[in-house]
Amino acid sequence: MTSGDAAASGPRRADGSEGGRRGYRARAAVTAEAGPAGVTRITRLRSDGPLALRETAEAVYLVGAAAGPLGGDVLELDVEVGAGARLAVRSAATSLALPGGGPDGDGSRLAVRAAVGPGGRLDFAPEPVVAAAGCRHRATAAVALADGAALRWREELVLGRHGERPGRHASRLDVTYGGVPLLRHELALDERGVYGGPAVLGTARAVGSLLLVGPGLAREARTGDGLSVLPLAGPGVLVTAVADDSAELRRRLVRGEMMTGPDKAHESTAAVR
Amino acid sequence: MNASLLLLADSRLPAGGHAHSGGLEPAVAAGAVTDVDELADFLRGRLATAGLVAAALAAAACAALADRTEGGPGWAGLDREADARTPSPAQRRASRAQGRSLLRVARAAWPHSSLDALGSAAPDGPHHPLVLGAAAASAGGGPADAAAIAAYGAVTGPASAAVRLLGLDPLAVNRALAALAPRVDAVAAEAAGCARGPWSGLPAPSAPLLDLHAENHLRSDLRLFES
Repeated sequence: MTSGDAAASGPRRADGSEGGRRGYRARAAVTAEAGPAGVTRITRLRSDGPLALRETAEAVYLVGAAAGPLGGDVLELDVEVGAGARLAVRSAATSLALPGGGPDGDGSRLAVRAAVGPGGRLDFAPEPVVAAAGCRHRATAAVALADGAALRWREELVLGRHGERPGRHASRLDVTYGGVPLLRHELALDERGVYGGPAVLGTARAVGSLLLVGPGLAREARTGDGLSVLPLAGPGVLVTAVADDSAELRRRLVRGEMMTGPDKAHESTAAVR
Repeated sequence: MNASLLLLADSRLPAGGHAHSGGLEPAVAAGAVTDVDELADFLRGRLATAGLVAAALAAAACAALADRTEGGPGWAGLDREADARTPSPAQRRASRAQGRSLLRVARAAWPHSSLDALGSAAPDGPHHPLVLGAAAASAGGGPADAAAIAAYGAVTGPASAAVRLLGLDPLAVNRALAALAPRVDAVAAEAAGCARGPWSGLPAPSAPLLDLHAENHLRSDLRLFES
């Protein structure tokens, strides 16, 4: 019943209390390093509680080992990509942020920390998160890119299961490149009168973004239906999309990603509404 | 608030603010805002996102100038924090254009070496909230004043644009603004509360539709406002 000992394996209660479900405290990690022949090896893969990691030929998968995140869960994931190494992170299925931890229980929390060395590339694209009714989830990600590192980072959020209003969901992505801030991007589903208005999400039921960092990206902004392709002040492009459902959201993000290549400039200009 | 700060908050300040609608014109063009109720929804969302970002940056700039040690605050660092919170190139350009205009006004009205340094740190024009914060400090205000002026401007600018664009009843629009006043105060208080924290942790709420509207606006053939 101890709390906070992230080094031990297996689920623990986040607050050390007795009785009832109080949530997991888990800390998982993955490290990818370039081997002598330039081939990336996974040199550390640690699953913990609900954060189970599986290595496949093409990616490291986050596999849900328990339902959630549920209220009271405090989950952390550390991702390290060494100089010249390449790592793709995926998830096996949509994750569902659920309430829990009693009527006035704690919210759930997922914190991802990632570091990518020079010449390294991280492709982090898990399946969407669904903010179920009554959830109180906070997701943060802090990504430190070295000079010359590359990134593909996708986040998709669905506002509630079919026909339900979402609970509270807050996310924040902080990305630095060579120590300089590249993107700081929050989205709060807190008050419907704010996020459901014509300045933020309107009537959309799904919202997502894809951040690309690396060479050869378009420097021209582009737009489409519910889609923006936004070259940042630093070496990256942010694609953001809103849609009526997660399938349409994914289609828009895919289309936006195709617009970020400079060779696609003519095609995408024609597609701009 | 002293009279200098009231002058800084006044829409009649000759800093070109009247040429910007804060994204309202493209929202109107997209059919997303058609009446006073939808305007109020728009303003609420803008205040909680772009308004909070601007207020926090203005408060941080004001605090940095007020607390400055030798050599002055590192304006380039705060300018990059503003860039990182403004993914839309159209909005970055609009912010810098308004920053440039306001800097001209501020240097004439409230001369201060830090305002000069701000101009040199960003040759294309510093981001508007930074100039606003520095000008507020030069005019004798603190971070809470700077945040209040920024949050207030985040809703009053688009509201006056709405009167022109949609021919709305000015009394009804003003009533909507009055109803928003407690939220403006709350955003200003939240922003002022993080003015002296690390710049990396300043609020960064995004508004996907504001970004989309801002970029579409540049492609529009018929525009009354620059942004």
